Amino acid sequence: MADPMRIRASMQGDKVEVKVLMAHDMETGLRKDPDGKLVPAHFIRNVGVTHGGRTVLSAQWGTSISRNPFMHFRFKGGKPGDKVTITWVDNKGDTRTDEAVISAGG
Amino acid sequence: MDRREALKAGGGASVLALAAAAGLFRPGSAFAQEWNKAAFDTRNFADTLKALGGKSSTESKDIQFTAPDIAENGAVVPISVESGIPKTQAIAILIEKNPNTLSADFEIPAGTDPFIGTRVKMAETSNIYALVLADGKYFHTVKEIKVTIGGCGG
Amino acid sequence: MGLPRLLIAGLLALLPLAAAAQDSTQKEIERYRQMLAEGNPADLFEARGEELWKTKRGPKNASLEQCDLGLGAGVVKGAYARLPRWFADTDRVQDLESRLVTCMTTLQGYTVDEAMKNPFSSPDRKSDMEALASYVAGQSRGMKLDVPIVHPKEREAFAIGEQLFYRRAGPYDFACASCHGENGRRIRLQELPKLTDPKDAQKIFTTWPAYRVSQGTVRTMEHRLYDCYWQMRHPQIDYTSDAAIDLMVFMAKYANGGEIAAPGLKR
Repeated sequence: MADPMRIRASMQGDKVEVKVLMAHDMETGLRKDPDGKLVPAHFIRNVGVTHGGRTVLSAQWGTSISRNPFMHFRFKGGKPGDKVTITWVDNKGDTRTDEAVISAGG
Repeated sequence: MDRREALKAGGGASVLALAAAAGLFRPGSAFAQEWNKAAFDTRNFADTLKALGGKSSTESKDIQFTAPDIAENGAVVPISVESGIPKTQAIAILIEKNPNTLSADFEIPAGTDPFIGTRVKMAETSNIYALVLADGKYFHTVKEIKVTIGGCGG
Repeated sequence: MGLPRLLIAGLLALLPLAAAAQDSTQKEIERYRQMLAEGNPADLFEARGEELWKTKRGPKNASLEQCDLGLGAGVVKGAYARLPRWFADTDRVQDLESRLVTCMTTLQGYTVDEAMKNPFSSPDRKSDMEALASYVAGQSRGMKLDVPIVHPKEREAFAIGEQLFYRRAGPYDFACASCHGENGRRIRLQELPKLTDPKDAQKIFTTWPAYRVSQGTVRTMEHRLYDCYWQMRHPQIDYTSDAAIDLMVFMAKYANGGEIAAPGLKR
């Protein structure tokens, strides 16, 4: 079970600014282990962000997003106290969902 | 582990989150289980554009691509893209010299800024394209980022 | 006759260009580092470290919450700023990881071997020590480094650390001072701090532990020393050994007063 994401959501004017760090190895499938065997690709393929039941961002990723991925984006329609929910699903079917409460302007 | 277990272990995920993960978004939402395998297998800008459904792309000065000229390490290269083109629907990142060109494809619903910041891996010095889909048409800008070879790590 | 002189003149003429290129390169690298600063993956390690600190584990099924890092049992805030230091219960100068090993054995019941068996993460195996170090160091964020060099054993550690710092050895005949003993040195595009100059030391020493992007994990000063010794082709410096801790005490003397900005972010 992957470690939790670190999500920071705060108001910037009338927009919600979100910065998220995800704990994931993002293995490309091109690395060899100490025995010389290829380590299979293990990477986040889908990311979805919702607020109030509405999708505010979705993404498809490949193996070239960096390990311990970082994402930064902004959307309208949120206010302090609301929740932002982020979900990722990787190529093995593992998944993680975390949420953060939107804080007032930072 | 199945997804329901994973969500429970995630600590009190709301019904909305469960619904979200189960793919029960409003119709038209992109967050389903789809993953454009063909697009992630391509090896150059032209093939990636085609796999994403584009026929041609116009270079645009209205796409602000922010990235350092030199990356101290190719494993983590910070980039951000802000599109000034009206009706931007999607932003994709293409790294020309990587084993597979397409790095990520972000779908931007109405109400969300056409802006993305993330970090990518670069195998070597390469052009990076920010590809924008706006009002059904493709636009792009390109920047070369140099990847340095090692020093120390202090 | 004329050619060598021309060559030298030509090369000398290029030096200002090279220096200017070096400056603009450094500026770009600084920009690269700044762009990374807004989301440090070390945050993930801090969070995991905090959880490990509070989790009951080991044969005694106890957490680390009663661990004495120098400021009293269970006091984490500010402890890293005063490490390494002499501890009465072990009669030894200890750094953070050495003290974590002490607590893992006395509080949680692990053997020393068990506690020390996975000091550094590999892509295939994560190290708990790096997460714990991230958490503890983060609890001293913003505080001034204040490593004591007062107790006779602390002063002895400093003296031996100084010997080690300047001692040339190995196939390259390198000492720490070879890279870190003068201002303005660099390896390729990596600037090297002069570790006996407080101007450099106060800014650099205090950014460890740090998430190293080239390693994909947080690395501590123990790992930095291990890596340096490997790069110098010296024999391996052992984890939590007196040699490693003595070097830290030596470096801390010049870094004291610097503001702790850990966990940091590095190449």
